[in-house]
Amino acid sequence: MHTGFLTIYWRDMLRFIRFRTLLFASLVQPALWLAFFGIAMSNNFDRLTATLPAIPGVKTVGYLTFIGAGVIAMTTLFTSLFGGTVLLFDKNWGLMRETLSSPLPRIHIIIGIGLSGMTKSFIQAAVIMVFGILLGVQFFEGYTLAQILASLLGIMLFIGAFSLGFLFLSAAIAITMESPESMQAVITLLTMPFFFTSNALYPANSFPPLLRALSTINPLTHLVSGIRYFAIGGDFSSIGIHYTYTQGEVFVSFLFLLAFTGIMFLIARWRFKKVTVT
Amino acid sequence: MALENNIIDVNGLEYFFGEVKAVDNISFTFREGAIFSFMGPNGAGKSTVINILTTLLPMQKGSVSIAGYDLRTEPEKVRESIGIVFQELTLDRDMTVREILEYHGRLYSMPKAARQARVDELLDLVELEEKRDTLTRHLSGGMKRRLEIARGLMTRPKVLFMDEPTIGLDPQTRIRIWDYVRDINQQGTTIFLTTHYMDEADQFSDEISIMDHGKIIVTGKSWELKNALGQDLIYLETSDNREAGELLKNLDSVKGIKEKTKGIVVMVNVDGTYLLPEIIDKLRSRGITIKAVNLKKPSMDDVFVHHTGRELRDTGTEKSSVISLRAGGR
Repeated sequence: MHTGFLTIYWRDMLRFIRFRTLLFASLVQPALWLAFFGIAMSNNFDRLTATLPAIPGVKTVGYLTFIGAGVIAMTTLFTSLFGGTVLLFDKNWGLMRETLSSPLPRIHIIIGIGLSGMTKSFIQAAVIMVFGILLGVQFFEGYTLAQILASLLGIMLFIGAFSLGFLFLSAAIAITMESPESMQAVITLLTMPFFFTSNALYPANSFPPLLRALSTINPLTHLVSGIRYFAIGGDFSSIGIHYTYTQGEVFVSFLFLLAFTGIMFLIARWRFKKVTVT
Repeated sequence: MALENNIIDVNGLEYFFGEVKAVDNISFTFREGAIFSFMGPNGAGKSTVINILTTLLPMQKGSVSIAGYDLRTEPEKVRESIGIVFQELTLDRDMTVREILEYHGRLYSMPKAARQARVDELLDLVELEEKRDTLTRHLSGGMKRRLEIARGLMTRPKVLFMDEPTIGLDPQTRIRIWDYVRDINQQGTTIFLTTHYMDEADQFSDEISIMDHGKIIVTGKSWELKNALGQDLIYLETSDNREAGELLKNLDSVKGIKEKTKGIVVMVNVDGTYLLPEIIDKLRSRGITIKAVNLKKPSMDDVFVHHTGRELRDTGTEKSSVISLRAGGR
């Protein structure tokens, strides 16, 4: 097997680790989300829902735990959507000419960037989980070690599939755009609907029908559901709402993410075939 | 199929940017182991030719074979056979000198041991050994260029394409870079060069082609091109410039006479080195005293102006791609 994508991966990770400030910011920022937004909202929600009777026989978790999965998902979304930016800079500064005139098949550029972005998302998710648990996020509560490991694997699969999909999308945008400003604008525009039509920060159950429909085809919703299933469980209640995820539903969510990623890969491949860099 | 000793064989190459014809039906062959220069004003189509030959632009019309491989059907093989030094600097500012070479070797699937040996060898060649772990953002312009040349050589290419390799560098650095280029060439690498500097093309190339408006106008060795002009100029100051002019006008080998304030310029169509003594004898025999003599051979600049009708202006590289599109439009 041609392992050219590892070269692209190596270079991107090299740059990620080299810039300490960037590395530090990218790890601390999601933790701060959890610390400020999470705690502030958590106090409000918990006060509002304090009068609601607990559902008998169902584990109840606080809002901070509920949003913990959302913050991981949100961070993965942002990091992945911006993950392709390096390709735009490479293209604009002429650095991509070296890669494109080499025997490396172009598909490897997409795969390499995808894998390095995925690695970054894994690192960030790990940081958020550790930090979250320190803040009081009730992840993996009452799990055995084996269950925790299995859950972590499940979360990684979900984050992996999701981040690859958005990295391919990001790479396709980067290779098509002319300037960093326009890329920034497009991505900012994209993040809004993905973010706010998902169940990351609040329950999607009480959305009006259109938003609910959008929510069910939103990859972010499926990622959040997957993380909650593995980190909290298939049957819990939070802020007065009873959540159940069956294995089947979670499997469908995963298939949905895989399909999304597959389509994004095809789009990225098509955009890369078109590109000429001189 | 290319001939055995032709490393590059281009036939009927054409390239359009939209409606604009940037390369207009050009054909040429390079023999292995030589240094070839493409000269031409900005927008002549040199970079477009290089970009096509290095697979960065798609083939539209014509046929190209490099190192025996057809560019259209085996672009990967062509890519493996060539090295490129681009016109603009294309170094990642955030990587070290060693990493730049390492990355390049990896792109070409060089095995680890070969990569490391080659990095050592090349850093030694371009005298960047001390800068091995320095980020390229901290290198001087000349060092960056040397690193790019080293990178172009990383995979021991059969052909090294160099697009304006010495542009914007100081004279000492240019000389050093030319030393490397000649070293490399003596080790068997064929070199395809575009340059703005006439003196470089003149001194270092085995063969020169002048391009303008997407066409190759003339090709030859530097002395052939100069002699073909037949434009040796002899400047004379004499005791009687008028009479001297009258006398010389009738010689077969004199094309024309121009009067200057203190003397005359005689344009000749033979080698002036041999004609000059004859002229001096002739003038003396008529009692004309010669006060000053100067013989000027045509330079590459004269060759260039003769074929393109303009001076080669050294405009900056910044806007060259824009200019090339516009100039091609005429």
